[in-house]
Amino acid sequence: MNALACDLPAGFADPVSDANATFRAVLTAMSYPGRIVSLPVTVEVPAPLAPATGAILLALADLDTPVWLSADLDRGMVAAWLRFHCGCPLVATRPEAIFAVTTPCRDLDGFGLGSAESPERAATVIVQLADLASGDEVRLSGPGIATKSGLSVPGLDASFWRAVAANHQLFPEGVDIVLAAPDRLACLPRTTMVEETSPCMSR
Amino acid sequence: MSDILGGYNFAYLDEQTKRMIRRAILKAVAVPGYQVPFAGREMPLPYGWGTGGIQVTASVISADDVLKVIDQGADDTTNAVSIRRFFAKTAGVRTTTKTAEATLIQTRHRIPERRLTEGQIIVYQVPNPEPLRWMEPRESETRKMHALLEYGAMHVKLYEDIVHFGRIATSYDYPVRVNGRYIMAPSPIPKFDNPKMDGMPALQLFGAGREKRIYAVPPYTRVESLDFEDYPFEVQRWDQSCALCGATDSYLDEVITDDRGGRMFVCSDTDHCSERRAASDEAEGDGIRRPVEEEAAE
Repeated sequence: MNALACDLPAGFADPVSDANATFRAVLTAMSYPGRIVSLPVTVEVPAPLAPATGAILLALADLDTPVWLSADLDRGMVAAWLRFHCGCPLVATRPEAIFAVTTPCRDLDGFGLGSAESPERAATVIVQLADLASGDEVRLSGPGIATKSGLSVPGLDASFWRAVAANHQLFPEGVDIVLAAPDRLACLPRTTMVEETSPCMSR
Repeated sequence: MSDILGGYNFAYLDEQTKRMIRRAILKAVAVPGYQVPFAGREMPLPYGWGTGGIQVTASVISADDVLKVIDQGADDTTNAVSIRRFFAKTAGVRTTTKTAEATLIQTRHRIPERRLTEGQIIVYQVPNPEPLRWMEPRESETRKMHALLEYGAMHVKLYEDIVHFGRIATSYDYPVRVNGRYIMAPSPIPKFDNPKMDGMPALQLFGAGREKRIYAVPPYTRVESLDFEDYPFEVQRWDQSCALCGATDSYLDEVITDDRGGRMFVCSDTDHCSERRAASDEAEGDGIRRPVEEEAAE
């Protein structure tokens, strides 16, 4: 669709410090997997993107990083907004993406995993969620986690968590996941082990 | 904030470069101990003076960070002073010499004696990020060796030390295994500091400017120094205590005091030393000890 630049939501109010604050939030979340970090900025994003999702892309995506959007997010002014603010290529298939943005999904199939020699080329998958809280739906352990921590994520079902557990088995390859609720985020890097705690995992 | 140098972006680097480095840092955290290549920029200081560390710091630093920079443990040496001033000028951040106050610490060749805490970030300046480089000069090969866990050569190198010297003689840049997977160069810190890396609550980032590599150790991550069952890893020890503060548990530098063989051993970590002296001054007046003249431990 054609959108005039003046119609597009403004993005960050202060691009330099807001991008830094958003990056630091993601860095903290990636360093301490499963820990919920508040989004430290206010940001204007087009629906159906949520503020945290939009902020992460504004902070990290640019002309070097192809972005893939799931079909239900690729609506309205989202594509035009990303092109205008980030200048990022938008790609149609999962394997091409460096950043993949999706609503709750059942699998992680097809995303770039990197290679044994270059594991850093794996995709970062941003899962946009309605809510995110600490809880005991899944137990997490691994680097960055002093004692086991847990998450409760309404909207993510057992098949997603199975995909996360399988993703860990690929180490050093594998995607890194950012769980983005509108005003907070948590990360599941490929080093994080996920254990089932609720009966739904065994289904 | 008023005396920020004009004409430059916040913290010197442009935003595009910062994004590229930030993405590399995030992948480095996700794959602990793996060296992520990045498009290192030319910085206004020569290679070997911390161009890697300074790019990592510039990409991470925010206006409300408190920055500490050390060079061999000291806050007052040329490299530390100039990098601290660089960020005071280009980012307007508050700087400190106190380890406890700092949120961001850039270091050359030491880890502070005080245990770092959650929320702090330590950035190491790295001259040679590839621990296997002395055994295998080809980058294409060392990448394969890391991919295939082909680390025998590293153990052979340590074994040769034992054959030649009767002990593992490597005393700095002592190789470590991170999270049971990648073998990593901890940068030229003395092996005395290696145990501090294990399970550290702070995030550890490593930047190599000339070699254009960034790597990381996330908090609470296992970092083992390589050794053998019959030759376990051990750190340096001294017969002396620090001549200034009396510390027996810190890393000591030998300082030549005259041209007749006079010498003293003092803490390499200047903040640790001055903090201890300030504490003992409070307790008993003048806490300064006279220099001792003894043989070096090693």
